[in-house]
Amino acid sequence: MQVPAYVEYERATSVDDALNLLARFGPEARVLAGGHSLIPMMKLRLAQPETLVDINGLRDLSYIAVTDGELRIGALTRHADLLNSALAGDHFAVLHDAERVIADPIVRLWGTVGGSLCQADPSEDLSAAFAALKATMVIRNLSGTRTVAVRDFHTGPYETVVGPGELLTEIRIPVAAGCGSAYQKVGRRVGDWPVGAAGAVLWLEEAGGEVVIADAGIGLTAVGAARFCAAEAEEFLRGRPATAESFARAGEVAARHCRPVTDQRGPAQYKRHLAGELTARALALAAARAAEATGRAGPSGPAGQAGG
Amino acid sequence: MQVTITVNDAEYTREVEPRLLLIHFIRDEIGLTGSHWGCDTSNCGACVVWLDEQPVKSCTVLAVMADGHRVRTVEGLAAGDAQLDPVQHGFARCHGLQCGFCTPGMMLTARWLLDRNPDPSPQEIREAISGQICRCTGYENIVRSVRWAAGYEAAARALPDERDSAGRDEPGAPR
Repeated sequence: MQVPAYVEYERATSVDDALNLLARFGPEARVLAGGHSLIPMMKLRLAQPETLVDINGLRDLSYIAVTDGELRIGALTRHADLLNSALAGDHFAVLHDAERVIADPIVRLWGTVGGSLCQADPSEDLSAAFAALKATMVIRNLSGTRTVAVRDFHTGPYETVVGPGELLTEIRIPVAAGCGSAYQKVGRRVGDWPVGAAGAVLWLEEAGGEVVIADAGIGLTAVGAARFCAAEAEEFLRGRPATAESFARAGEVAARHCRPVTDQRGPAQYKRHLAGELTARALALAAARAAEATGRAGPSGPAGQAGG
Repeated sequence: MQVTITVNDAEYTREVEPRLLLIHFIRDEIGLTGSHWGCDTSNCGACVVWLDEQPVKSCTVLAVMADGHRVRTVEGLAAGDAQLDPVQHGFARCHGLQCGFCTPGMMLTARWLLDRNPDPSPQEIREAISGQICRCTGYENIVRSVRWAAGYEAAARALPDERDSAGRDEPGAPR
Protein backbone atom coordinates (compact mmCIF):
# COMPACT_ATOMS: atom_id res chain seq x y z
CA MET A 1 0.00 0.00 0.00
CA GLN A 2 1.44 3.33 -1.09
CA VAL A 3 0.41 6.28 1.02
CA PRO A 4 2.06 9.70 1.22
CA ALA A 5 3.96 10.62 4.38
CA TYR A 6 2.22 12.85 6.88
CA VAL A 7 1.54 16.27 5.39
CA GLU A 8 -0.37 19.41 6.28
CA TYR A 9 -3.00 20.73 3.89
CA GLU A 10 -4.15 24.26 3.12
CA ARG A 11 -6.74 25.18 0.52
CA ALA A 12 -6.05 28.51 -1.18
CA THR A 13 -9.09 30.71 -1.82
CA SER A 14 -7.40 33.18 -4.19
CA VAL A 15 -4.06 33.69 -5.91
CA ASP A 16 -3.07 36.19 -3.20
CA ASP A 17 -4.09 33.69 -0.53
CA ALA A 18 -1.98 31.02 -2.24
CA LEU A 19 1.02 33.38 -2.33
CA ASN A 20 0.56 34.20 1.35
CA LEU A 21 0.35 30.51 2.25
CA LEU A 22 3.41 29.67 0.15
CA ALA A 23 5.35 32.52 1.74
CA ARG A 24 4.30 31.47 5.24
CA PHE A 25 5.21 27.79 4.84
CA GLY A 26 8.40 28.44 2.88
CA PRO A 27 10.57 25.93 1.02
CA GLU A 28 8.88 22.85 2.53
CA ALA A 29 5.53 23.79 1.00
CA ARG A 30 4.46 22.49 -2.40
CA VAL A 31 1.71 23.68 -4.70
CA LEU A 32 -0.95 21.02 -5.22
CA ALA A 33 -2.68 21.44 -8.59
CA GLY A 34 -3.99 18.34 -10.38
CA GLY A 35 -1.76 16.22 -8.17
CA HIS A 36 -1.23 13.59 -10.85
CA SER A 37 2.54 13.94 -10.69
CA LEU A 38 2.99 15.17 -7.13
CA ILE A 39 0.85 12.59 -5.34
CA PRO A 40 2.56 9.59 -7.00
CA MET A 41 5.92 11.21 -6.14
CA MET A 42 4.76 11.62 -2.53
CA LYS A 43 3.74 7.97 -2.35
CA LEU A 44 7.26 7.00 -3.36
CA ARG A 45 8.82 9.56 -0.94
CA LEU A 46 10.49 11.20 -3.94
CA ALA A 47 8.64 14.29 -2.76
CA GLN A 48 7.98 14.84 0.93
CA PRO A 49 6.56 18.32 1.44
CA GLU A 50 5.49 19.45 4.90
CA THR A 51 2.54 21.43 3.59
CA LEU A 52 0.42 21.23 0.47
CA VAL A 53 -1.18 24.40 -0.83
CA ASP A 54 -4.17 23.28 -2.90
CA ILE A 55 -4.88 25.73 -5.75
CA ASN A 56 -7.62 23.68 -7.43
CA GLY A 57 -10.24 26.21 -6.39
CA LEU A 58 -8.55 29.09 -8.22
CA ARG A 59 -10.77 29.18 -11.27
CA ASP A 60 -9.24 32.48 -12.41
CA LEU A 61 -6.04 30.56 -13.21
CA SER A 62 -7.86 28.40 -15.75
CA TYR A 63 -8.29 30.07 -19.15
CA ILE A 64 -7.07 30.09 -22.72
CA ALA A 65 -7.27 33.43 -24.55
CA VAL A 66 -5.52 35.60 -27.10
CA THR A 67 -4.66 38.99 -25.57
CA ASP A 68 -2.29 41.63 -26.97
CA GLY A 69 -1.03 39.32 -29.70
CA GLU A 70 -0.25 36.45 -27.35
CA LEU A 71 -1.92 33.15 -26.61
CA ARG A 72 -2.25 33.11 -22.84
CA ILE A 73 -2.81 29.89 -20.96
CA GLY A 74 -3.64 29.95 -17.26
CA ALA A 75 -1.41 27.64 -15.23
CA LEU A 76 -4.36 25.72 -13.79
CA THR A 77 -5.75 24.90 -17.25
CA ARG A 78 -6.34 21.14 -17.42
CA HIS A 79 -4.75 19.07 -20.16
CA ALA A 80 -8.22 18.19 -21.46
CA ASP A 81 -9.14 21.87 -21.72
CA LEU A 82 -6.03 22.64 -23.75
CA LEU A 83 -6.72 19.63 -25.98
CA ASN A 84 -10.32 20.76 -26.49
CA SER A 85 -9.42 24.41 -27.13
CA ALA A 86 -9.92 25.25 -30.81
CA LEU A 87 -8.21 28.58 -30.17
CA ALA A 88 -5.02 26.90 -28.95
CA GLY A 89 -5.12 24.24 -31.67
CA ASP A 90 -5.76 26.72 -34.49
CA HIS A 91 -2.75 28.81 -33.51
CA PHE A 92 -0.40 26.06 -32.38
CA ALA A 93 -1.19 22.53 -33.52
CA VAL A 94 1.88 21.35 -31.58
CA LEU A 95 -0.13 21.78 -28.38
CA HIS A 96 -2.93 19.52 -29.57
CA ASP A 97 -0.48 16.97 -30.98
CA ALA A 98 1.30 16.81 -27.63
CA GLU A 99 -1.81 16.80 -25.45
CA ARG A 100 -3.31 13.95 -27.44
CA VAL A 101 -0.45 11.68 -26.34
CA ILE A 102 -0.11 12.78 -22.72
CA ALA A 103 -1.26 10.10 -20.26
CA ASP A 104 -4.90 9.08 -20.83
CA PRO A 105 -8.27 10.86 -21.06
CA ILE A 106 -9.04 10.49 -17.34
CA VAL A 107 -5.66 11.80 -16.19
CA ARG A 108 -5.94 14.67 -18.69
CA LEU A 109 -9.15 15.81 -17.00
CA TRP A 110 -7.21 16.61 -13.81
CA GLY A 111 -3.55 17.15 -14.63
CA THR A 112 -2.71 20.78 -15.32
CA VAL A 113 -0.49 22.56 -17.82
CA GLY A 114 1.32 24.54 -15.12
CA GLY A 115 1.71 21.47 -12.93
CA SER A 116 3.35 19.50 -15.73
CA LEU A 117 5.79 22.31 -16.43
CA CYS A 118 6.63 22.83 -12.75
CA GLN A 119 7.06 19.10 -12.19
CA ALA A 120 9.95 19.43 -14.68
CA ASP A 121 10.16 15.73 -15.44
CA PRO A 122 12.99 15.26 -17.97
CA SER A 123 10.52 13.37 -20.17
CA GLU A 124 7.67 15.88 -19.98
CA ASP A 125 5.93 16.38 -23.34
CA LEU A 126 4.72 19.92 -22.67
CA SER A 127 8.23 21.09 -21.76
CA ALA A 128 9.32 20.26 -25.31
CA ALA A 129 6.18 21.75 -26.86
CA PHE A 130 6.52 25.06 -25.04
CA ALA A 131 10.30 25.13 -25.59
CA ALA A 132 9.64 24.82 -29.32
CA LEU A 133 7.12 27.68 -29.08
CA LYS A 134 9.61 29.85 -27.14
CA ALA A 135 6.94 30.56 -24.58
CA THR A 136 7.21 32.98 -21.70
CA MET A 137 6.40 31.89 -18.17
CA VAL A 138 4.67 34.30 -15.81
CA ILE A 139 5.57 33.83 -12.14
CA ARG A 140 3.99 35.67 -9.24
CA ASN A 141 5.11 36.25 -5.69
CA LEU A 142 4.03 38.66 -2.97
CA SER A 143 6.20 41.44 -4.39
CA GLY A 144 4.82 41.23 -7.90
CA THR A 145 5.14 39.45 -11.21
CA ARG A 146 8.17 38.35 -13.17
CA THR A 147 8.51 36.67 -16.54
CA VAL A 148 11.02 34.02 -17.55
CA ALA A 149 11.70 32.50 -20.96
CA VAL A 150 10.65 28.85 -20.95
CA ARG A 151 14.19 27.87 -21.93
CA ASP A 152 15.44 29.44 -18.70
CA PHE A 153 12.58 28.01 -16.64
CA HIS A 154 13.89 24.49 -16.09
CA THR A 155 17.15 24.36 -14.17
CA GLY A 156 17.51 20.58 -14.06
CA PRO A 157 15.53 17.38 -13.57
CA TYR A 158 12.53 18.22 -11.37
CA GLU A 159 13.89 21.74 -10.82
CA THR A 160 12.64 25.10 -12.00
CA VAL A 161 13.29 28.76 -11.24
CA VAL A 162 10.00 28.97 -9.34
CA GLY A 163 11.20 29.69 -5.80
CA PRO A 164 9.59 29.30 -2.39
CA GLY A 165 6.66 31.68 -2.09
CA GLU A 166 6.19 31.77 -5.86
CA LEU A 167 3.52 30.49 -8.19
CA LEU A 168 3.53 29.94 -11.95
CA THR A 169 0.35 31.67 -13.09
CA GLU A 170 0.44 31.87 -16.89
CA ILE A 171 2.19 30.76 -20.06
CA ARG A 172 2.35 33.20 -23.02
CA ILE A 173 3.13 32.48 -26.64
CA PRO A 174 3.39 35.26 -29.25
CA VAL A 175 0.97 34.72 -32.12
CA ALA A 176 2.62 35.26 -35.51
CA ALA A 177 1.47 34.87 -39.11
CA GLY A 178 3.02 32.16 -41.28
CA CYS A 179 3.56 29.83 -38.35
CA GLY A 180 3.10 26.05 -38.41
CA SER A 181 3.84 23.56 -35.68
CA ALA A 182 3.75 19.84 -34.86
CA TYR A 183 4.73 17.25 -32.25
CA GLN A 184 5.95 13.72 -32.84
CA LYS A 185 6.34 11.17 -30.07
CA VAL A 186 7.38 7.55 -29.80
CA GLY A 187 6.26 5.73 -26.65
CA ARG A 188 6.26 2.10 -25.62
CA ARG A 189 2.50 2.07 -25.24
CA VAL A 190 -0.47 4.40 -25.25
CA GLY A 191 -0.29 7.00 -22.50
CA ASP A 192 3.29 6.26 -21.51
CA TRP A 193 6.12 8.75 -21.15
CA PRO A 194 8.01 9.20 -24.40
CA VAL A 195 11.03 7.15 -25.38
CA GLY A 196 11.77 10.27 -27.39
CA ALA A 197 9.72 13.16 -28.73
CA ALA A 198 10.19 16.34 -30.74
CA GLY A 199 8.15 19.48 -31.19
CA ALA A 200 8.75 21.83 -34.08
CA VAL A 201 7.58 25.33 -34.89
CA LEU A 202 8.38 27.04 -38.18
CA TRP A 203 7.90 30.63 -39.17
CA LEU A 204 8.12 30.76 -42.96
CA GLU A 205 8.52 33.66 -45.36
CA GLU A 206 8.88 34.06 -49.08
CA ALA A 207 12.23 35.27 -50.40
CA GLY A 208 13.16 35.34 -54.07
CA GLY A 209 10.28 33.08 -55.08
CA GLU A 210 11.34 30.47 -52.54
CA VAL A 211 9.82 29.55 -49.18
CA VAL A 212 12.52 30.01 -46.58
CA ILE A 213 12.62 29.55 -42.84
CA ALA A 214 12.49 32.90 -41.05
CA ASP A 215 12.79 31.23 -37.68
CA ALA A 216 12.46 27.78 -36.17
CA GLY A 217 11.77 26.36 -32.71
CA ILE A 218 12.64 22.77 -31.89
CA GLY A 219 11.79 21.17 -28.56
CA LEU A 220 13.07 17.77 -27.51
CA THR A 221 12.17 15.68 -24.49
CA ALA A 222 13.40 12.42 -22.92
CA VAL A 223 16.61 12.52 -24.95
CA GLY A 224 18.82 14.65 -22.71
CA ALA A 225 18.51 17.87 -24.70
CA ALA A 226 19.73 20.90 -22.77
CA ARG A 227 16.81 23.14 -21.80
CA PHE A 228 14.43 20.85 -23.79
CA CYS A 229 15.51 22.44 -27.08
CA ALA A 230 17.75 21.92 -30.10
CA ALA A 231 19.27 25.39 -30.44
CA GLU A 232 21.98 24.31 -32.89
CA ALA A 233 19.42 22.79 -35.26
CA GLU A 234 17.32 25.94 -35.05
CA GLU A 235 20.36 28.03 -35.96
CA PHE A 236 21.10 25.68 -38.86
CA LEU A 237 17.60 26.15 -40.28
CA ARG A 238 17.37 29.95 -40.21
CA GLY A 239 17.35 31.31 -43.76
CA ARG A 240 17.35 27.87 -45.39
CA PRO A 241 14.65 26.65 -47.76
CA ALA A 242 11.82 24.72 -46.15
CA THR A 243 12.64 21.40 -47.79
CA ALA A 244 12.81 17.79 -46.68
CA GLU A 245 16.59 17.92 -47.04
CA SER A 246 16.87 20.89 -44.68
CA PHE A 247 14.70 19.08 -42.15
CA ALA A 248 16.70 15.84 -42.37
CA ARG A 249 19.96 17.71 -41.83
CA ALA A 250 18.46 19.70 -38.94
CA GLY A 251 17.46 16.35 -37.42
CA GLU A 252 21.07 15.18 -37.68
CA VAL A 253 22.26 18.33 -35.92
CA ALA A 254 19.64 17.89 -33.19
CA ALA A 255 20.61 14.23 -32.68
CA ARG A 256 24.29 15.12 -32.40
CA HIS A 257 23.68 17.65 -29.64
CA CYS A 258 21.42 15.67 -27.33
CA ARG A 259 22.68 13.38 -24.58
CA PRO A 260 20.26 10.50 -24.10
CA VAL A 261 20.86 7.85 -21.47
CA THR A 262 20.09 4.15 -21.62
CA ASP A 263 17.23 3.20 -19.32
CA GLN A 264 14.18 0.94 -19.22
CA ARG A 265 12.65 2.87 -22.12
CA GLY A 266 15.48 2.14 -24.53
CA PRO A 267 19.17 2.35 -25.34
CA ALA A 268 20.85 5.74 -25.77
CA GLN A 269 21.68 5.03 -29.41
CA TYR A 270 18.03 4.41 -30.27
CA LYS A 271 16.93 7.56 -28.46
CA ARG A 272 19.49 9.57 -30.39
CA HIS A 273 18.13 8.11 -33.61
CA LEU A 274 14.62 9.07 -32.50
CA ALA A 275 15.71 12.63 -31.70
CA GLY A 276 16.90 13.09 -35.28
CA GLU A 277 14.09 11.29 -37.02
CA LEU A 278 11.28 12.81 -34.96
CA THR A 279 12.80 16.30 -35.37
CA ALA A 280 12.77 15.88 -39.16
CA ARG A 281 9.20 14.53 -39.17
CA ALA A 282 7.90 17.26 -36.86
CA LEU A 283 9.57 19.92 -39.02
CA ALA A 284 8.04 18.50 -42.20
CA LEU A 285 4.56 18.44 -40.68
CA ALA A 286 5.03 21.94 -39.24
CA ALA A 287 6.07 23.22 -42.67
CA ALA A 288 3.05 21.63 -44.34
CA ARG A 289 0.77 23.22 -41.76
CA ALA A 290 2.44 26.63 -42.16
CA ALA A 291 1.94 26.37 -45.92
CA GLU A 292 -1.67 25.39 -45.43
CA ALA A 293 -2.26 28.31 -43.09
CA THR A 294 -0.82 30.80 -45.55
CA GLY A 295 -2.24 29.22 -48.70
CA ARG A 296 1.15 28.31 -50.16
CA ALA A 297 2.09 24.96 -51.62
CA GLY A 298 3.71 22.82 -48.98
CA PRO A 299 7.26 21.52 -49.18
CA SER A 300 6.17 17.93 -49.65
CA GLY A 301 3.32 18.14 -52.08
CA PRO A 302 -0.23 19.43 -51.67
CA ALA A 303 -0.52 21.13 -48.31
CA GLY A 304 -3.75 19.40 -47.38
CA GLN A 305 -2.24 15.93 -47.32
CA ALA A 306 0.09 16.33 -44.39
CA GLY A 307 -1.84 19.10 -42.73
CA GLY A 308 -3.78 16.79 -40.36
CA MET B 1 -8.92 17.57 9.57
CA GLN B 2 -12.66 17.34 9.13
CA VAL B 3 -14.07 16.76 5.67
CA THR B 4 -17.59 16.45 4.37
CA ILE B 5 -17.97 14.63 1.08
CA THR B 6 -21.25 13.83 -0.64
CA VAL B 7 -21.01 10.30 -1.95
CA ASN B 8 -23.89 9.04 -4.08
CA ASP B 9 -26.13 11.82 -2.71
CA ALA B 10 -25.39 11.05 0.95
CA GLU B 11 -23.19 13.35 3.05
CA TYR B 12 -20.33 11.82 5.00
CA THR B 13 -18.36 13.83 7.57
CA ARG B 14 -15.17 12.29 8.86
CA GLU B 15 -12.00 13.32 10.66
CA VAL B 16 -9.12 12.31 8.34
CA GLU B 17 -5.41 12.86 7.89
CA PRO B 18 -4.68 15.08 4.87
CA ARG B 19 -2.65 12.27 3.33
CA LEU B 20 -5.64 9.92 3.12
CA LEU B 21 -6.36 9.03 -0.50
CA LEU B 22 -9.90 9.35 -1.80
CA ILE B 23 -10.07 5.64 -2.68
CA HIS B 24 -9.33 4.73 0.95
CA PHE B 25 -11.88 7.26 2.20
CA ILE B 26 -14.49 5.62 0.00
CA ARG B 27 -13.59 2.02 0.83
CA ASP B 28 -12.38 2.19 4.43
CA GLU B 29 -14.02 5.25 5.98
CA ILE B 30 -17.52 4.85 4.56
CA GLY B 31 -17.37 1.18 3.56
CA LEU B 32 -18.29 1.40 -0.11
CA THR B 33 -16.05 -1.33 -1.48
CA GLY B 34 -17.39 -1.35 -5.04
CA SER B 35 -14.59 0.97 -6.12
CA HIS B 36 -11.45 -1.10 -6.43
CA TRP B 37 -7.97 -0.23 -5.36
CA GLY B 38 -5.57 -1.53 -7.97
CA CYS B 39 -2.17 -0.34 -9.13
CA ASP B 40 -1.90 2.68 -6.83
CA THR B 41 -0.01 4.52 -9.59
CA SER B 42 -2.91 6.01 -11.61
CA ASN B 43 -2.31 3.56 -14.42
CA CYS B 44 -4.96 0.85 -14.09
CA GLY B 45 -8.19 2.81 -13.56
CA ALA B 46 -9.81 0.27 -11.21
CA CYS B 47 -10.35 3.12 -8.73
CA VAL B 48 -12.13 5.47 -11.14
CA VAL B 49 -15.04 7.35 -9.55
CA TRP B 50 -16.67 10.64 -10.44
CA LEU B 51 -15.54 13.76 -8.62
CA ASP B 52 -18.30 16.27 -9.29
CA GLU B 53 -19.09 15.65 -12.97
CA GLN B 54 -15.88 14.00 -14.13
CA PRO B 55 -14.17 10.63 -13.71
CA VAL B 56 -10.97 10.60 -11.68
CA LYS B 57 -8.50 7.97 -10.54
CA SER B 58 -9.25 8.13 -6.84
CA CYS B 59 -5.86 6.68 -5.83
CA THR B 60 -4.37 9.95 -7.05
CA VAL B 61 -6.64 12.37 -5.21
CA LEU B 62 -6.51 13.21 -1.52
CA ALA B 63 -9.79 12.94 0.34
CA VAL B 64 -9.29 16.51 1.58
CA MET B 65 -9.28 17.70 -2.04
CA ALA B 66 -12.82 16.33 -2.33
CA ASP B 67 -14.01 18.18 0.79
CA GLY B 68 -17.27 19.94 -0.10
CA HIS B 69 -17.52 18.10 -3.41
CA ARG B 70 -19.66 15.28 -4.76
CA VAL B 71 -18.43 11.77 -5.50
CA ARG B 72 -20.25 9.12 -7.48
CA THR B 73 -19.19 5.49 -7.22
CA VAL B 74 -20.42 2.32 -8.87
CA GLU B 75 -22.91 1.96 -6.01
CA GLY B 76 -24.50 5.20 -7.24
CA LEU B 77 -24.75 4.15 -10.85
CA ALA B 78 -28.11 2.39 -10.61
CA ALA B 79 -31.14 4.64 -10.24
CA GLY B 80 -32.54 2.28 -7.60
CA ASP B 81 -32.36 -1.29 -6.38
CA ALA B 82 -34.43 -2.60 -9.27
CA GLN B 83 -33.24 -0.09 -11.84
CA LEU B 84 -29.76 -0.73 -13.15
CA ASP B 85 -28.08 1.81 -15.37
CA PRO B 86 -28.11 0.82 -19.07
CA VAL B 87 -24.32 0.56 -18.86
CA GLN B 88 -24.71 -2.09 -16.17
CA HIS B 89 -27.27 -3.92 -18.32
CA GLY B 90 -24.81 -3.74 -21.20
CA PHE B 91 -21.98 -5.28 -19.20
CA ALA B 92 -24.29 -8.07 -18.05
CA ARG B 93 -25.72 -8.70 -21.52
CA CYS B 94 -22.45 -8.63 -23.43
CA HIS B 95 -20.22 -10.33 -20.87
CA GLY B 96 -18.24 -7.14 -20.38
CA LEU B 97 -16.46 -8.65 -17.42
CA GLN B 98 -14.90 -11.85 -16.21
CA CYS B 99 -13.11 -11.30 -12.90
CA GLY B 100 -14.83 -7.94 -12.42
CA PHE B 101 -11.90 -6.06 -10.93
CA CYS B 102 -11.79 -3.32 -13.57
CA THR B 103 -15.58 -3.23 -14.01
CA PRO B 104 -16.58 -0.43 -11.60
CA GLY B 105 -14.09 1.98 -13.14
CA MET B 106 -14.95 0.89 -16.67
CA MET B 107 -18.65 1.47 -16.09
CA LEU B 108 -18.19 4.92 -14.57
CA THR B 109 -16.04 6.01 -17.49
CA ALA B 110 -18.59 4.49 -19.89
CA ARG B 111 -21.40 6.44 -18.22
CA TRP B 112 -19.38 9.66 -18.53
CA LEU B 113 -18.63 8.95 -22.18
CA LEU B 114 -22.26 8.23 -23.07
CA ASP B 115 -23.45 11.39 -21.30
CA ARG B 116 -21.19 13.43 -23.57
CA ASN B 117 -21.33 11.28 -26.69
CA PRO B 118 -24.52 9.19 -26.93
CA ASP B 119 -23.32 7.26 -30.00
CA PRO B 120 -19.61 6.59 -29.59
CA SER B 121 -17.75 4.54 -32.18
CA PRO B 122 -15.76 1.50 -31.02
CA GLN B 123 -12.63 3.60 -31.50
CA GLU B 124 -14.01 6.40 -29.31
CA ILE B 125 -14.88 3.87 -26.61
CA ARG B 126 -11.38 2.40 -26.73
CA GLU B 127 -9.93 5.90 -26.49
CA ALA B 128 -12.13 6.76 -23.50
CA ILE B 129 -11.08 3.65 -21.56
CA SER B 130 -7.45 3.79 -22.67
CA GLY B 131 -6.39 4.71 -19.15
CA GLN B 132 -7.97 1.59 -17.71
CA ILE B 133 -6.66 -1.93 -17.79
CA CYS B 134 -8.65 -5.15 -18.19
CA ARG B 135 -6.69 -8.38 -18.13
CA CYS B 136 -9.64 -10.67 -18.90
CA THR B 137 -11.75 -9.52 -21.80
CA GLY B 138 -9.27 -8.17 -24.31
CA TYR B 139 -11.60 -5.13 -24.23
CA GLU B 140 -13.75 -6.44 -27.08
CA ASN B 141 -16.71 -7.28 -24.85
CA ILE B 142 -16.34 -4.03 -22.93
CA VAL B 143 -16.65 -2.11 -26.20
CA ARG B 144 -19.72 -4.22 -27.08
CA SER B 145 -21.21 -3.53 -23.67
CA VAL B 146 -20.90 0.22 -24.07
CA ARG B 147 -22.26 0.03 -27.62
CA TRP B 148 -25.19 -1.99 -26.28
CA ALA B 149 -25.91 0.69 -23.68
CA ALA B 150 -25.73 3.38 -26.37
CA GLY B 151 -28.20 1.47 -28.52
CA TYR B 152 -30.50 0.89 -25.57
CA GLU B 153 -30.54 4.56 -24.69
CA ALA B 154 -31.09 5.60 -28.32
CA ALA B 155 -34.06 3.25 -28.52
CA ALA B 156 -35.38 4.53 -25.19
CA ARG B 157 -35.15 8.12 -26.44
CA ALA B 158 -37.14 7.16 -29.53
CA LEU B 159 -40.00 5.93 -27.32
CA PRO B 160 -40.35 8.82 -24.88
CA ASP B 161 -43.82 8.11 -23.56
CA GLU B 162 -43.87 4.36 -23.19
CA ARG B 163 -40.38 4.08 -21.78
CA ASP B 164 -39.67 5.80 -18.51
CA SER B 165 -38.28 3.02 -16.37
CA ALA B 166 -34.80 1.81 -17.25
CA GLY B 167 -35.44 -1.30 -15.20
CA ARG B 168 -37.71 -2.84 -17.80
CA ASP B 169 -36.44 -5.05 -20.50
CA GLU B 170 -34.59 -3.32 -23.30
CA PRO B 171 -36.66 -2.19 -26.29
CA GLY B 172 -34.91 -4.27 -28.89
CA ALA B 173 -31.57 -2.54 -28.60
CA PRO B 174 -28.97 -3.68 -31.09
CA ARG B 175 -26.08 -5.85 -30.05
